[in-house]
Amino acid sequence: MSLVKTSYGRRSFLKSTAMAGGGLMLGFSWLASCKPSPEQVLDMPKEWFEINGYLKIGDNGLVTIMSPNPEIGQNVKTSMPMLVAEELDVDWKKVIVEQAPLNTDIFTRQIAGGSQSIRQGWDGLRMAGASAKQMLKEAAAKEWEVPVSEITTKESMIYHEGSGKSAEYGEMASKAANIAVPEEVELKDKSNFSIIGTSRKNVDGKKIVTGKPLFGLDYREEGMLTAMIIHPPAFGMKLKSLDASEAKGMSGIKDVFKFKTFEDGHTYGMFDETAFPEMIAVVGESVWQVMNARKKVKAEWEPFESHSNTFMGWSGDNTFEKAVPAGKENSPAHVEKMKKVAVQSAETVRKDGDPEKAFKNAAKVIERSYTAPFLAHNTMEPMNFFANVTDTEAKLVGPIQTPEFMEKSIAARLGLPLDKIDLQMTRQGGGFGRRLYGHFVVEAAVISKEMKAPVKLVYTREDDMSYGNYRPAYHALYRAALDEDNNLIGFHVRAGGIPESPLFANRFPAGAIENYLAESWTIDSNITVGAFRAPRSNFIAGAEQSFLDEVAEAAGKDPIEFRLDLLDKAQKAPVGENNDYEAKRYAGVLKLVREKSNWENGAGENVHRGVSAYFCHNSYVANVLDLVMEDDKPVVEKVYCAVDCGIVVNPIAATNLVEGGSVDGIGHAMFSGLTFKDGVPEQKNFDRYRLIRHSEAPKAIDVHFVKSDIDPTGLGEPPFPPIMGALANALYKATGQRHYDQPYISNKEIIG
Amino acid sequence: MSNYTININGKDKQVDVDPSTPMLWVLRDHLQMVGTKFGCGIAQCGACTIHIDDVAVRSCQLPVSAVGDQEITTIEGLSEEGDHPVQQAWLEHDVPQCGYCQAGQIMSATALLKNNPNPSDTDIDQAMNGNICRCGTYTRIKAAIKTAAKTV
Ligand code: FES
Ligand code: FES
Repeated sequence: MSLVKTSYGRRSFLKSTAMAGGGLMLGFSWLASCKPSPEQVLDMPKEWFEINGYLKIGDNGLVTIMSPNPEIGQNVKTSMPMLVAEELDVDWKKVIVEQAPLNTDIFTRQIAGGSQSIRQGWDGLRMAGASAKQMLKEAAAKEWEVPVSEITTKESMIYHEGSGKSAEYGEMASKAANIAVPEEVELKDKSNFSIIGTSRKNVDGKKIVTGKPLFGLDYREEGMLTAMIIHPPAFGMKLKSLDASEAKGMSGIKDVFKFKTFEDGHTYGMFDETAFPEMIAVVGESVWQVMNARKKVKAEWEPFESHSNTFMGWSGDNTFEKAVPAGKENSPAHVEKMKKVAVQSAETVRKDGDPEKAFKNAAKVIERSYTAPFLAHNTMEPMNFFANVTDTEAKLVGPIQTPEFMEKSIAARLGLPLDKIDLQMTRQGGGFGRRLYGHFVVEAAVISKEMKAPVKLVYTREDDMSYGNYRPAYHALYRAALDEDNNLIGFHVRAGGIPESPLFANRFPAGAIENYLAESWTIDSNITVGAFRAPRSNFIAGAEQSFLDEVAEAAGKDPIEFRLDLLDKAQKAPVGENNDYEAKRYAGVLKLVREKSNWENGAGENVHRGVSAYFCHNSYVANVLDLVMEDDKPVVEKVYCAVDCGIVVNPIAATNLVEGGSVDGIGHAMFSGLTFKDGVPEQKNFDRYRLIRHSEAPKAIDVHFVKSDIDPTGLGEPPFPPIMGALANALYKATGQRHYDQPYISNKEIIG
Repeated sequence: MSNYTININGKDKQVDVDPSTPMLWVLRDHLQMVGTKFGCGIAQCGACTIHIDDVAVRSCQLPVSAVGDQEITTIEGLSEEGDHPVQQAWLEHDVPQCGYCQAGQIMSATALLKNNPNPSDTDIDQAMNGNICRCGTYTRIKAAIKTAAKTV
């Protein structure tokens, strides 16, 4: 057991005074208002007692735990409350989970991004549980007139062994609510965990499989109108004129108007990025009516001039400029431009030793280039948001990964104080980074204000795909220098993209090679981009891991052995400073995947395997991928994943995330890409934008976690990038051809 | 606008809508049955799958005027208590990630098992290929279908 001060998130533990007398908690939000499912053995309590901001206990022992962060499919709504429940010593069967309101005074960092929810919530959530347990114990000690040190708890029961007394949590809840918040609490020793590390099913599972209203698109209020947007048909264009006369007269249509999401000269918030700050809104009674009216709106568009937008930095007190060049861009020209820039030297981000000399003296130099296209996030639930804005306040409900940022953007745009903005989070039909950028929240608010009515803004798939903050297009050039004995004596990466570079200069193999050079470049674009599951890693991992495979082959070494040798060097005698990985843990996942895939003995006849490993978002993942060729088509037979994310909080969900990340990585590397013609995205729906489907998914995925008692790190992103390298390397084995350009299989052609 | 009486989950429902309105939006906008999801609107993703006389149909491409007296089942009507063997198998395998595609996946899977109680991997791939899961839960879906096949 360890004693910790509760100073972290101290405010979290201040009881709401309104509740201190044991009054009834505010009614459940609409999300939780569905009838409790039959397996909830307990009825709803008559009274709830709020112990701290994270939890309340009912008089019958039912416990409601607030899940602070946005749920986008990464399962935080189950795994974050598990951390609270562990320290509370509550019977998990008596727990119900509610999505917490946006309240950064109570809950810190209510963001879904960077795979940080569990890692950053680890201490605070356990403390919330532990302090509530302490208050229950103190309440019992007082009641029974025994020392609190003699009180024990287990599965929602409080015991005093000496007197033989016991009570359920529910019996002590009202008294615990009046106990002062402890200054210090004890946290369990990891060896005593009974919830953390055990598989707990998705708390929303039943609601999902029965079609209950959970998602933003499902939300409705009385008198709500439906709004849709019409955006410029191409990046690089803006609205010139609008003729809405015909559309306005159509059945069910309330209004058609142009609006500005942000005023000219506005300083954009960190997550306000939008390609189209001025658009047309079509508002009516129902989706189908609005969809039809949209077709009758006549608008003229014109190219915009080059300009720049001012953005607020992460801290909120610095700003930076983003260039927005004029023009209608084309994908083939993008590729040509990237190729040209890639042969020139670029900004040096890291240099160790004397790379120039190493390459001059090399017996063998290997040089390869890799590319990847723009990607659309394509969350299954398209962008949408509910807004009800009046002169004095605004209510917003929907799926957003950055509620605390968007709350500020809304307040600024509407000229309302922050405390008049009520922003509620729904379950989200996928995030993948797309819902970090909440221009659609602001759009909904502006439209509602104009209509003086509650509206739900709904994007079609076409809107969603053609108005994105996409994964950038990337290019990476790699060079390796081998000496006569096939030792890797020099390494050079020059990476860039439109409009962002994918380079991580301090990641492996930096630190493992004496002479190392990393360079970075960018090309401006008016195509808006943003974070996409494992930003930058989602390209550079596959490129680097394909290249290392080729270098290992040229050096005549086994690809796992080759990597382990380098990691051994990085561990024993690291080169340079700031190496951004732990070589030992990196090697650990490679060794585990080697063992589990029975690498030494091979996969069997006609089965082709590739390996890769990568570190990002604080976690390590290694893959071995087996594929066979059937009728000239690659079929992924099996994927082995070895993962080190520290303590695994919820194994069944963690395994699901790793499986999903693997499928996602294979899918995007193999099939997906967004191309532009004269600024217009050429894929606008799933008929032309290819996502992986059932028949293309791996037949089996075998997930193994490194046993660890290191504090947990993220899992939403790390399983996604490395698999692309394993796939490329297996494809090479199967076809004899290296694959340098994603997607490896375009819409029509078949490789091989 | 026209009046339609449609049999949904065993009950007759009345709506007054344009004849071209897809069943997807009749369900979601007019009947407030939002279990059936919107994903693409062009029969490419399967999120909107419902049953018409036990056959899986993409409701985004089915105008209300074409329904007639055929019987519609939606995810809400698959079982009274949410305990259809396919739903139970989904829970047992803890299939959902974001969960958005899963109603459509379940409707496609139940239609498959109705017609083919013991599907092979290839049968499953064929029947389910129209249902995209952006979160990549395909291997779990397949396992859940096999579990359900044992009890259906
Ligand atoms: S919404 Fe009908 S198939 Fe996608
Ligand atoms: S679970 Fe998210 S799309 Fe399938």
